[in-house]
Amino acid sequence: MSYGKSRPAAALDAPLPGLRALLMFPAVSSAMSLINGFFEWFGDLGIFFWQVVRAAVTPPFEFRELFRQLDEIGSKSLPLVALAGAATGVVLSLEARYSLTRFGAKSMLPAAIVFSVIHETGPIITGLVVSGRVGAGIGAELASMKVTEQIDAIEASAVNPYRLLAATRILACIVMLPLLTLAADLCGLAMGWVAQAMVEPLSLHQFISSGFKGADFNDFLPPTFKTAGFGLIIGLIACFQGMRTRGGAEGVGRAATSSVVVSSLFVILADVVFVKLIIIFFP
Amino acid sequence: METAQSIALERRAAEADGSAAVVALEDLHKSFGSQPVLNGISLSVSRGETLAVLGRSGTGKSVLLRLIIGLERPDSGSVRIHGQDIAGLALDRIGEIRKKIGFLFQHAALYDSLTVEQNVAFPLQHHKKMSRSELRGRVEELLAEVGMEGSLEKMPADISGGMQKRVGLARALALEPDILLLDEPTAGLDPISSAEIDDLVLKLQEEHHMASIVVTHDLHSAKAIADRLALLNEGKVVIEGNFEQLAKSEIELVRQFLKHS
Repeated sequence: MSYGKSRPAAALDAPLPGLRALLMFPAVSSAMSLINGFFEWFGDLGIFFWQVVRAAVTPPFEFRELFRQLDEIGSKSLPLVALAGAATGVVLSLEARYSLTRFGAKSMLPAAIVFSVIHETGPIITGLVVSGRVGAGIGAELASMKVTEQIDAIEASAVNPYRLLAATRILACIVMLPLLTLAADLCGLAMGWVAQAMVEPLSLHQFISSGFKGADFNDFLPPTFKTAGFGLIIGLIACFQGMRTRGGAEGVGRAATSSVVVSSLFVILADVVFVKLIIIFFP
Repeated sequence: METAQSIALERRAAEADGSAAVVALEDLHKSFGSQPVLNGISLSVSRGETLAVLGRSGTGKSVLLRLIIGLERPDSGSVRIHGQDIAGLALDRIGEIRKKIGFLFQHAALYDSLTVEQNVAFPLQHHKKMSRSELRGRVEELLAEVGMEGSLEKMPADISGGMQKRVGLARALALEPDILLLDEPTAGLDPISSAEIDDLVLKLQEEHHMASIVVTHDLHSAKAIADRLALLNEGKVVIEGNFEQLAKSEIELVRQFLKHS
């Protein structure tokens, strides 16, 4: 069973004589192959996504595997996400202090840190860290299973691999990303306060009341829940890249790398779209 | 042992004689891209019978097994399991057919993050309602049948290739299949381990009377366990029959194959 076929590009099947002549140039031919490959990849991803959705909504459900993945993706990513969030909070505090002081707006520092963390840096840092850790892990694990016929063995045992392997991991990513984002936000704000308090004494109560002044749930919920979209992207791409692997150990390495690179790229691009949608629907 | 083997083979041949085909392949064609692999294969196997499919590397033997269990789809032709053509069945409908088929992969394909017990229990957990103690009991029974008692807590990486094949066989038998597919069961094993696997397959066939198809390039193994042999070349069946018929064949390829085995 192929989970996303790898077909050779048909770039040279051009009907027009002029275009055929153009394709004699290696650069043009390579560009056409690249574009062809890009659209084929997207098409295969779409088919894979549909197979996963069908498997996810039809019984029997793999609750045991889902809970195992919630632990694997959620609790085991927590230390790394918390650390990344904390470091981001410190950096934000130091950089924002310098900038705001220049413009005589030092009193805005708590609000600047709070809004930066909960609106953008918390979610995007969580997305990129999880993309690296979880994306590579899922990609490598499923690729390794693919090249050693373990996925075929699952199918031969009359168990749907889309349901057991892909749907559980993708759902776990969707559920866990907002929760991990909360953790990153918390650590970012905490360390942002610590960094500021070390330079100029400020109680936690003052930091929170000053920072959250004027904030409401619209500032907090949409940016946090957009990370569920990041989770879908990370889980889907990592599972797709893993389950279509060919080529032994080299293929496994390629799958792990491409899972991270492609999912990180799409997380960043998706963030642009999500931010715009949040501005439109939650002004 | 040879006498016991002969008796077992004769008994199974008698049982298989006259039985309707459990697995019937009709005019199968399969290509990968522009590379044709199977060019009109027709074979059948009855209950209690073992068919060995022989051939050089790359002649499509493993592809044949993958077509039978539905991991690949033929370009044309039919694959009938108990009379039902599975070639066009969707993934969710082919599940019921697969529960009747046990498949031993060439390298056992054990789930490397699970213990031996969890590997063998995998099909049972997904398809049978059993309590934890019933499950454990059944797993112990299956492992005892393949000579792997006491290995419940081991990981696949901790056991040898031959032991992995035994565990793979136990997993393949978990749902009490009618059909057993074995992909190169002795590949990569030393002669003693190969003989042990052959004896095990023979014993299991004697006890369970399954329709078995064994893909192998090991003629000694095929001769030991099979009622009939089929030799593939360039995607076609060159000859089909028992070992004596192959030995008497005038076809040059068959003579070369027997000579170099």
